Amino acid sequence: MSTPMVSMRGVDKRFGDLHVLRSIDLDVAPQEVVVVIGPSGSGKSTLCRTINRLEPIDAGEIRVDGRPLPEEGAELAQLRADVGMVFQSFNLFGHLSVLDNVMLAPLKVRRVAKATARTEAMALLERVGIADKADRFPAQLSGGQQQRAAIARSLAMHPKLMLFDEPTSALDPEMVSEVLEVMVGLARDGMTMVVVTHEMGFARRAADRVVFMDDGQIVEEAPPAEFFDATRSERARSFLSNVLAH
Amino acid sequence: MTAVIENLDPLLRALGTTVLILVVSAIGSLVLGVLITVARVSPIPVLRGAAFAYVQVFVNIPLLALLLLAVFALPDAGLLMPLTTTVIVVLTVYEAAYVAEAVRSGINTVAAGQVEAARAMGLRLSQTLRHVVVPQAVRAVVQPLGNVMIALLMNTALAATVGVVELTSAVNKVNLVAAQPIPIFTAAGLTYMALALAIGLAAGRIEKKVAIHR
Repeated sequence: MSTPMVSMRGVDKRFGDLHVLRSIDLDVAPQEVVVVIGPSGSGKSTLCRTINRLEPIDAGEIRVDGRPLPEEGAELAQLRADVGMVFQSFNLFGHLSVLDNVMLAPLKVRRVAKATARTEAMALLERVGIADKADRFPAQLSGGQQQRAAIARSLAMHPKLMLFDEPTSALDPEMVSEVLEVMVGLARDGMTMVVVTHEMGFARRAADRVVFMDDGQIVEEAPPAEFFDATRSERARSFLSNVLAH
Repeated sequence: MTAVIENLDPLLRALGTTVLILVVSAIGSLVLGVLITVARVSPIPVLRGAAFAYVQVFVNIPLLALLLLAVFALPDAGLLMPLTTTVIVVLTVYEAAYVAEAVRSGINTVAAGQVEAARAMGLRLSQTLRHVVVPQAVRAVVQPLGNVMIALLMNTALAATVGVVELTSAVNKVNLVAAQPIPIFTAAGLTYMALALAIGLAAGRIEKKVAIHR
């Protein structure tokens, strides 16, 4: 078996008295799409954020592509450059045009030549369908367009792994699908993805495996068909019936 | 108006004192204020606490009380300096607290999420500050700082109460002799307005300039 892209062993994390992650074990294979679902407060976002050490962990070990996560510093920055992350609130840089948002990290972290960075950035904006917005500023874009720009910005670093932390939770309903379309395309192209989401349709369509979390623990994991149609745990069943009731 | 023209020399000298107090305490308070902000957002708890206490103390004491305290207490404690210097020191120390508040609010306008996004892309902390935080914080902070500087200009008039002959004190003296309060104080008021306008225009210009460089 090849080296997992992500490997978490006995990962523990507390926020004060709150035990948000309880001895998590999780492997993500290269090109695998893992969708993490669960009620709010279950620790799924925190789990996602520990993988590039935006949240340091208290105990356990996380390896990305076989390398243990380094301490904060140059080495960690290097690792983060290879791990794309898409946030719920987009987090585009407000003072930069969409194009400059996409070019910033390739220019400053990878030291790519400006012309190359620009050509690549335009190609990525084309791919996510907002090439015509390249010169706009983030505030001039709809939420869906901003999130697609943020995805293009992450892809510009040629990541070997993409983390999505509730990428559609801040979007108006009619904009959710345009972002999910881009993500489904990525999954199809073989990107390794960890996706925290409430979009069950996406999980069914694009996931190789669904991970259900509750109370800081992984309660159940299975391929989507099995997870949705033959849910084993009581907690996952009651969560799904609540989510799918509407 | 004749009283103003006849006393133009001493009045201009007084205006010079006002501008001197303004410029020196403006530079002093900007430098000190930025240092306080740096302390306030630093990872060292003692520095953060000290900076917080500094701001709380000076924002919550009337400037006049502070001036009187400095003018009468400092010599008593064996620290003698020219009155104008005392005023400049007090204004610097006092306005620095407001500068620190303005700069901190500017940094806070840059959403924490953007810093996270930058770090997640592999930018180092220094690169994140340089390419993401500072360019946005500066834009947000120019106009509020302009307002602090205008308040500083108005506060220079308090120097009159402790015997410094700046613009307000000088026109008051001229009026005591000439008894033409309307033209004399109007002229002084217009002069302050012109200075405040100049500060406001400069701030506007700088803001535009930073905005274009985005």
